[in-house]
Amino acid sequence: MKKPDKTELKKIAYNCKKATYLIEKQQIAKITLREQLELKIHLAGCSICVTFMQQSAVINQMARKMFHTGKADLKLEDDFKMQLQKRIDDQLDNK
Amino acid sequence: METDDLEMEAIDIKDHKMLDPRRWVSRYADYLYTYAVFRVNDQELAHDLVQETFLAALQRVGKFEGRCTEKTWLTAILKNKVIDVYRSRSTGFAKEADTICTEDTDTDFFDPDDGHWNDRHRPARLGIEQSDALENKEFQKILEACMKKLPALWLSVFTMKHIDEESTDIICRQLKVTSSNFWVIIHRTKVNLRSCLQKNWI
Repeated sequence: MKKPDKTELKKIAYNCKKATYLIEKQQIAKITLREQLELKIHLAGCSICVTFMQQSAVINQMARKMFHTGKADLKLEDDFKMQLQKRIDDQLDNK
Repeated sequence: METDDLEMEAIDIKDHKMLDPRRWVSRYADYLYTYAVFRVNDQELAHDLVQETFLAALQRVGKFEGRCTEKTWLTAILKNKVIDVYRSRSTGFAKEADTICTEDTDTDFFDPDDGHWNDRHRPARLGIEQSDALENKEFQKILEACMKKLPALWLSVFTMKHIDEESTDIICRQLKVTSSNFWVIIHRTKVNLRSCLQKNWI
């Protein structure tokens, strides 16, 4: 693997846009070895992106939890349910 | 015939599974409604989708092969309807996808020259970095509100990936986004959500 030279290193070390992109990609898919190295270098020197990474993971977990544990359970209005029930019953009875 | 014990049913796959349409509303209406609202981001439309799901299911009762639970079967029907909604919005999506490729939206968050965080959006520690934040109701409420503000395509991509855990291939195909646009959307959505959270947290 080609070693990144100094100016390239500097670019990586300061590019938070690229780093956060890699953080997001890494949560879902494999990133290349080179990208892993770039991200490591960046995170070693950037506590802001480390915070981003932690918060990003919590957001994912929270979104999943909100839906799957039914904590965000929404309820249909009783009126609407009654109408729906009636439509289903009518269809079944007409068969 | 009564099918009270759905769990037992799911375990014993040899058992012929029965549908019980008269109980669909009481058993699954709220669940399906929640599923729909989170995906189409429109309560009125979600009402319609739940109704259409039940009516379409009634038409297909004879085709139910009992390979999955009633709930899974109904959810699959709804899911197809949600994807139809995504598709019908796809002309709007194409426009959105174009605009996210232009750099000017990114300059909100990052400096266009060096890619560094702009002051206004720079992440600060909020005390939600540990997973005990998951018990925080306030945090949950704000996240929900922030998700609702996302463009429709972004919310669809985010929900399909992080909640449904669909494969990237399927998402790209169903939502008609290229894989490079997919990653741009995944990235922008998160930067956006996080920033919204920070703005509303304090």
